[in-house]
Amino acid sequence: MSQFLQQVVNGLSLGSIYALVALGYTMVYGIIKLINFAHGDIYMIGAYTAFFVTTYLGMSFIPALLVCMIVCGILGVGIERIAYKPLRKAPRITALITAIGVSYVIEYTMQFFMGTSVKTYPKMLPDISWQIGAVKISYIQMVIFTVTIVLMVLLTFIIHKTKIGRAMRAVSADENGAKLMGISVDNTISITFLIGSALAGAAGMLVGLYYNSASPLMGMVPGLKAFVAAVFGGIGSIPGALVGGLFIGVAETMVVAYGSSLYRDAIVYIILIIVLIVKPAGLFGKNEREKV
Amino acid sequence: MAKQLYTRTNMIWTAIVLSIFAVLTLLMQTGMINSYYESTLFTICVNIILAVSLNLIVGICGQFSLGHAGFMAIGAYVAGIVTRYIPTYGGLFIGILLGFVISAIAAIIVSVPTLRLRGDYLAIATLGFSEIIRICIQNMKITNGAAGLTGIPQLTTWPILFLAVVISIIICTNFVRSVPGRAAIAINDDEIAAEAMGINTTKYKVIAFVIGAILASLAGSLFANYFYVLNPNQFTFNKSIDILVIVVFGGMGSMSASVLAAIVLGILNMYLQQFTDIRMIIYGATLILMMIFRPQGILGTWEFSVDRLLNKMKRKKEAV
Repeated sequence: MSQFLQQVVNGLSLGSIYALVALGYTMVYGIIKLINFAHGDIYMIGAYTAFFVTTYLGMSFIPALLVCMIVCGILGVGIERIAYKPLRKAPRITALITAIGVSYVIEYTMQFFMGTSVKTYPKMLPDISWQIGAVKISYIQMVIFTVTIVLMVLLTFIIHKTKIGRAMRAVSADENGAKLMGISVDNTISITFLIGSALAGAAGMLVGLYYNSASPLMGMVPGLKAFVAAVFGGIGSIPGALVGGLFIGVAETMVVAYGSSLYRDAIVYIILIIVLIVKPAGLFGKNEREKV
Repeated sequence: MAKQLYTRTNMIWTAIVLSIFAVLTLLMQTGMINSYYESTLFTICVNIILAVSLNLIVGICGQFSLGHAGFMAIGAYVAGIVTRYIPTYGGLFIGILLGFVISAIAAIIVSVPTLRLRGDYLAIATLGFSEIIRICIQNMKITNGAAGLTGIPQLTTWPILFLAVVISIIICTNFVRSVPGRAAIAINDDEIAAEAMGINTTKYKVIAFVIGAILASLAGSLFANYFYVLNPNQFTFNKSIDILVIVVFGGMGSMSASVLAAIVLGILNMYLQQFTDIRMIIYGATLILMMIFRPQGILGTWEFSVDRLLNKMKRKKEAV
C-alpha cells in the first residue's frame, strides 16, 4: 500500500508537468483549432533556457523560472506570428503540417547548436525530503506541486476575471462575433500563445530539474502525451487539462511500477483511443451538435 | 470488357510504362545508375507506393491518417520474418500475402471505431494506433524486439519493385473511378450531404482505409527485402509524417502529384545527405514555406492524363 501511495505521488508530480504543457495545447486548440505540434519543443526550449541561466548566469530558482517563461512566451508568439498567422483561413491539414515543420526546425536547430549530448543541471535545490505517513515527498516534487498550483490559480484568475481572459473566451466561442464586439482577434490569439508557451516553459524547467537533464528531442513524446492529456480532459477545458495531465502521469507511473516500462508509452495511446471511442468530447468537454 | 482494355489511352500508358522501365533498366545495366543511386531509386519507388496509398486515404477520401508507418511496419516485419525461414521468391510472395491479411485485419480494427472521428482527432487516434503497433513490435520475441531484425534475404529485385509500383498506381487511380471511389470523393466533399444521399459513409471509409493499408504493407514488405535490416525505430510517427509530407507536397487528391513529389523529395534527400546537420532544418523550413506560399502542393489537384493530351494534340491539328 505504501508503495502504491508513493507511486501516486510520483505520478502526480510527472502529471503536473504534463498538465502545464497540456494547458498550452488546450488553449491554442480551443481558440484556433490547431494541434500545435511545436508546443513540445517550446517545453524543450524552456529546459535549455533554464540550463543556461542557471549554469552560466548563476540565477536562482524563481528568477530562472521567470526568464524561462518570458523566453518561451516570446518564442511562442514569434512562431504564431511568422508561421501560423498567414494560415488562419487555410485548411486544418495545412496548418498541422506547418506546425510539424516548425517543430522540426526548432528541434534540429537546437541539435545543430547544442549537439545530441544530454545537458545536466547544476545543483539548485536542496536534497531534502519529507516523510508524510508512508509517503516520501522530495523537495523538487514539492516545488513542482507548488509551481503548478500557483500557475493554475493565476491562469484561472486571468481567464475568468480579467478583460483579456474574457476576450480569449469570446474568441474561442465565436471568432466573428468577437470581432464584431470590437475584440482584436489577432492580439487575443497572440496572448493565448504567450500564456500557453510560458506555461510550457515553466514545465520545461521543472522537468529539467526533476530528471536533471535536457536534450534537443526531449519535447516530442511528452508533447504528444500532453496532447493526449488535453484530449482526455476535453480539449478547450482548463480544468480538463489539469485532470487529464495528472491522470496520464499517474497511469504512466503505475504501468512502469507494476507492469513493464516498455509499455509506458503504449498505455498513453491506449487511454487516448479509449477516450476517443467512448467520449470523444473528453471528460469536461461539451458535446457539440453538428450543424449542416 | 476486353474491348475496353485495348483502348488507345491504355496502349499509350503501357508504352510509357514500358519505356520508363526499359530506360531505367538500361541505365542500371550500364552502370550509369550505380549502387548508391540504385538505393535512392528503390527508396523512391517504395515511397511512391506509400504516397499513392496514403493519398487514397487522405486526398481522395479526406480521412486524415497519421498512422501509415504502422501498416508499413506490419508488412515489413511479416515479410521479413517469413523470408528468413523461406528465403525464396515463393517465400516473399507468401510474406507479402500474409502481410496483406494482417494489415487488412489491423486496418479494420483501427478504422471501424476511429473513423467516426473527424479531422484532427482521427489524425491523433491513427497516430496512437501506429505507435501501439510499433511498441508491440518492439516487445515481441519473433520480431527480435528493439534490437531489430537482421539477415533478411535481399529478394526485392528491380522488376518486382517496378511491377508493384505500377500495380499500386493503377489500383489507386482506378479506385477513384469505381463505386466506392465515387462514394469516397463524396464523403471528402461533404460527409453530411453524402450521408443524406444514402451513402454508407463508414463502409466506404473503411474500404479506402483498408486498401491504403494493404498497399502500405506491400511497400513495407518490399522495403524489408531490399534493405535486409529492420528496426522498430524506422517506423515511428516521423515516418508517417514523411509520407504525409510527400502527399501534401505534391498535392492532395492527385496521384501524379504524389509520384512526382516522391521523386523530387527522394532526389532532394539524396543531395541533402551530405549536410546531415542541417538536413532536417532545411526540410522543416521547406515545409513551412511551402504551406504558406503554395498550400495546395506542387501540382494541386491536377492529374496527368493521356486522354487530355491526345485531345489537345487533336485540337491543335484541327486548328492548323
